[in-house]
Amino acid sequence: MRAYTPKDDVQKKSYYTDRFWVAPQVAKSEVSDDAVFAADLEAIKAKFDVLDAYIQVEQMVVVINANDNYAVLELLKNDREYTQLSEMSAIDWLAQEGKFEIFYQILSMAKRKRIRIKCKIDEKEAIQSVEKLFRSADWSEREMYDMFGVVVNNHPFMKRILMPEDWEGFPLRKTYPLQGDEFAAWYEVDRIFGKEAREIIGPENRDPARIDRYDTKRFSRLGHEVPFGADISQGEPDTPLVYQEQEGVFMIDKFDAEKSVVISDRHR
Amino acid sequence: MQQSNRLRPFFENITFDRVDNEMILNFGPQHPSAHGQLRLMLHMQQEQITKAHPDIGYLHRGMEKMAENMIYNEFMPTTDRMDYIASSSNNYGFALAVEKLIGLDVPRRAKVIRMLLLEVNRLMSHLFWLATTALDIGAMTVFLYAFREREYLMDLVEDYCGARLTHAAIRIGGVPLDLPDNFMADLRKFLDKLPENIKDYEDLLDKNRVWLMRMENVGVISKEMALSWGCSGVMLRASGVEWDIRKEEPYELYDEVEFNVPVSDKGDNYARYKLYMAEMRESAKILYQVADMYEGTSTELMAHAPQYISAPKLDIMTQNYALMQHFVLVTQGMRPPVGEVYIPTESPKGELGYYINSQGGPYPYRLKLRAPSFWHTGILTDLLPGHYIPDVVSIIGTTNIVFGEVDR
Repeated sequence: MRAYTPKDDVQKKSYYTDRFWVAPQVAKSEVSDDAVFAADLEAIKAKFDVLDAYIQVEQMVVVINANDNYAVLELLKNDREYTQLSEMSAIDWLAQEGKFEIFYQILSMAKRKRIRIKCKIDEKEAIQSVEKLFRSADWSEREMYDMFGVVVNNHPFMKRILMPEDWEGFPLRKTYPLQGDEFAAWYEVDRIFGKEAREIIGPENRDPARIDRYDTKRFSRLGHEVPFGADISQGEPDTPLVYQEQEGVFMIDKFDAEKSVVISDRHR
Repeated sequence: MQQSNRLRPFFENITFDRVDNEMILNFGPQHPSAHGQLRLMLHMQQEQITKAHPDIGYLHRGMEKMAENMIYNEFMPTTDRMDYIASSSNNYGFALAVEKLIGLDVPRRAKVIRMLLLEVNRLMSHLFWLATTALDIGAMTVFLYAFREREYLMDLVEDYCGARLTHAAIRIGGVPLDLPDNFMADLRKFLDKLPENIKDYEDLLDKNRVWLMRMENVGVISKEMALSWGCSGVMLRASGVEWDIRKEEPYELYDEVEFNVPVSDKGDNYARYKLYMAEMRESAKILYQVADMYEGTSTELMAHAPQYISAPKLDIMTQNYALMQHFVLVTQGMRPPVGEVYIPTESPKGELGYYINSQGGPYPYRLKLRAPSFWHTGILTDLLPGHYIPDVVSIIGTTNIVFGEVDR
């Protein structure tokens, strides 16, 4: 029987992991270690549920409920001087727990501090847009929708941004293969020539490293030269290599060692 | 059929749904001054833009997806293809993020070389910006001048790493090579001449009437708008926010060098132009100081961390365990600890950030590239309405967007 390979995460896996390997952790410290972060966290805790909070690599991470995302960011922006949303996106945890994790990376220029607000939502759940607070979320949320299929409520223009509008599937999900799925392989053929041309053209080669053993149009092999486009699937003639030194074809017709000049300076 | 005696134009196949004056104009994606593959859908009333809708994704290669399927060192050359005008700064941002994740400290000589590369890249990028923007506006001479100087810098980088555009000149844990013998002398020769060159550009442009008309009070970004749109770098500093990550959250040796952060509160194209020129002078200042730091540093180039970083070539060739370790690190890849980091750096374009979520495997679980140009393109939605067609070109020019970075 063939070994079962799970289809919920088709990304590359390491081919060998030591049985006794225990991955170390990036150090986390208490929020109370940093006075500025502690004050910010208190302000959040006063109004909202905080599921977890810690400092990792000099930045505070606060885990909140997904419903509070707008209100928490509003509080941090208006009262705590976190004026810029540098980045936001999602992480796919569907295989592990059926959830998306969404993070908002915000920056306070006055305090020189960065906070990451995180929350989790279910696969089919939508999240509230923060575009009203930070205009930069307009494009970030579109990108998140495009890549993960996370729907954002109250967004002014919830359309794909990087992929074509009629694309199917969400490329950054773990279930989406690196080389693209079946839809991707036929996308250009269908759009440009129509579905009826599928048999003539064939699916797109989406693996740039693929080499076809019998393709004599794009690949050549030294020592096995055959005419362009020849069919070699039934075997190929061997081309014997004879070098110049072994009395093969001489590269230069009329070579006279006496008259030749060796150039020492290439810029002369 | 066209009737020659009718004055009103007659189109056979086109029916007009509306009879107002609005016209939708497609700018790009193959427009030479769109600086790459930008498509702008512009709603026009006569010559004036009422609505702008930037459409991106023509250069999308799925780098974040690729990163999830590559070991960390494998991804380094891919970062070159983001901001290909200054590729070492992308390499550096990624290397720094992974080093923070692991908790590595880099030898001092590697830091000095990295600083040199970063600032040379900043100069290259700013010169390229000046050249292309000036060309868009019609100043051909400035384009030729600036490309001449950029060529010199590219030769300099070529001397160091062999590549001119996609450098891959930085490794996780240090740098691969020491500086070649002539590097410092060549660099100093260039820097000594740079003030004259910058003065030449400014003489040509500063009081140039055409340049001023195209630049002054065009594309004004208010402070609030810049903050709200996540602008960074010159786009932010031209709008009156004094924020340079090199200064505020110093990395590498930026806390040991002296430089100023030029700021303007005008927010228009001309302010951004002046800031680019001022930043070039500051970069030269930094380069002089860093060049002096090189002397006397010990010769180590890569951090010593056998679990993550391969040993120097000499050790690999002479010592069995170093070779074994190298083999494991190349075939399986390093496994950083479980955790996540977001590390911002000040690239020539703005805040270049790498968010890495590691689950202890040799492949990042999630890698998010925070490229500044993405939002500098997005801001066109709000910035362009009210402007006229020729302004579009100069505004796109001064936002300094690179599409390798926007689409990733």
